[in-house]
Amino acid sequence: MTSLRVRGGTARRFPSSNLVRALAPYGFISPTGILIIVLMIVPIVMVIGYSLLDNVITTPESKFAGLANYIAVFTDPNFLNAVKNTLIFTVCSVVAHLVLGLGFALMLNSPLLGRLSRAVFRVIFILPWLFTAAIIAILWRLILDPNGVINYVLVQTGLIHTGVAWFATPATALLAVTVMNIWAGYPFFMISLLAGLQGIPRDLYEAATVDGAGWFVQFRNVTLPQLRPIIVSMATLDLLWTTQQFALIWLTTGGGPINFTEMLSTFTYKLAFSNFEFSEASASAVIILLGSLIVAFFYVRQQRAQD
Amino acid sequence: MTMSLRARRRIITKTGLLVGLLIGAVFAGFPVFWMLVSSFKTNTEIFAFPPQLITKGFSFDAYIAVFNDPEEIRFFINSYVVAISVTIVTVLVSLMAAYAFSRHEFRFKKPLNMVILGVQAVPPITLLIPFFGLMVTLQLYNTYGGLILTYVVFTLPYAIIMMTGYFNTLPRELDEAVKIDGGGSWTTLWRILVPISVPGIVSVGVYTFMIAWNEYLFALTLTRTTDMRTVPVGIQLLLGQNSYHWNQMMAISVLGSIPVLILFLVFQRYFIGGLTSGSVKS
Repeated sequence: MTSLRVRGGTARRFPSSNLVRALAPYGFISPTGILIIVLMIVPIVMVIGYSLLDNVITTPESKFAGLANYIAVFTDPNFLNAVKNTLIFTVCSVVAHLVLGLGFALMLNSPLLGRLSRAVFRVIFILPWLFTAAIIAILWRLILDPNGVINYVLVQTGLIHTGVAWFATPATALLAVTVMNIWAGYPFFMISLLAGLQGIPRDLYEAATVDGAGWFVQFRNVTLPQLRPIIVSMATLDLLWTTQQFALIWLTTGGGPINFTEMLSTFTYKLAFSNFEFSEASASAVIILLGSLIVAFFYVRQQRAQD
Repeated sequence: MTMSLRARRRIITKTGLLVGLLIGAVFAGFPVFWMLVSSFKTNTEIFAFPPQLITKGFSFDAYIAVFNDPEEIRFFINSYVVAISVTIVTVLVSLMAAYAFSRHEFRFKKPLNMVILGVQAVPPITLLIPFFGLMVTLQLYNTYGGLILTYVVFTLPYAIIMMTGYFNTLPRELDEAVKIDGGGSWTTLWRILVPISVPGIVSVGVYTFMIAWNEYLFALTLTRTTDMRTVPVGIQLLLGQNSYHWNQMMAISVLGSIPVLILFLVFQRYFIGGLTSGSVKS
């Protein structure tokens, strides 16, 4: 921050190259500016425009439709169903990511653990994060197959009688995609929380030990308050990402069976690219955008408050 | 007496920790382990009862099948072409933008900065429909160019934030010295800042490559023909087509994960540092 203010003085010492120097930053910034305007700002304006017209993309002429597309989306029972599923999926995922991420980070940070074993366990715990959603989806289809290895273990231990088609059964499909997403997403929490744990000043714990505080009291009164800023920002980011999850759902259940795992993302995708209702899909896309912006707004405000 | 009590408590804690770690390792590692094991099976052994870890049919057949199928090789070529191109373009463009943000004052600096921060909150699904229309209009539908442009725009905002943060940590005296010697901004950036910014560039590069290599939704929507599909979309095509050649799908999954695994193992520090510092503190 201090070095930011040093600069003004030197620039003024070279009046001859003033013009070049004044134009230089625009040269450096123009590729970014053009890309962001053409492929970010224009598309956002386009999708808002689409959402107010009828029969876009499929026909050359479309008329202004007002809010008809929004009304159509909001009165679609499957949209409300998708909102409900997305909420359940997201809340369960974020909470589980936090609990697992924190649990693993605490274990990895334990002073009882040697350097080598810490490094080995850390790599193992990070593993799920290194695979792309498409591969995770296929892998979980294999292990959750009715004849697959997880069903075998569950049957052998007597927890279930026969193999269950977890992704294809209405009662279990949402559970199955949620568990898969929990597996895929907790390492990101773990990494950040581990970094946070390592940043907590030792003397805080020493002071607590002197006061006779046990492990749990230390955890509640030192660890959690110190990690709070990281937890809040990770949870908000995870909330944004999880509500937008598409590939994991699309490649396992496709929103089915019937609509039992339909999410906002799969609902919108199907409207556009299966039913070719691009106008309605655009309205749904704008609704998702507004939801995300609200979450992002609170995220930024929270970050500001932290500084 | 007290010593032995403390020692006993220590042993109990240590055992509990170890049990916890092992349960965690099974939860995290087993699916990955199963992927690897299954890729070395014959397809008939995939659902053998009871499931087997190391099978009699242990073989590299699934991998050989992947390497002998030009269609599947093509998925990998496409993924490499797209991901490497995106990485190069994003690194270059973000270096220039970060230099402007870190070292210059200019009009629209604040609003542009706000836009770069803000667009990160835009959900991909919101952009999907207009991108589809735009790429068709620009005749970039079903081309490398369309995918590359798309991923550059998606990775650029965060790349700029990371790179600007890195430049801000470098002493300004360096570029002031070049200016006094008569060098322009262009020289300062490429001759002075870039050579000492390798860790920052690696972080941006790894992040960008990973996003481009893993992306699914736009790869699915902006390409149409099998010869333009990338690995994540290609795997799914095998699901319907080959009546479930699980061993081959697992082999492709292993091969498709190798680039990211290698990047992670080699650049572990940059990787974690780059990804977490921005999201936690930015």
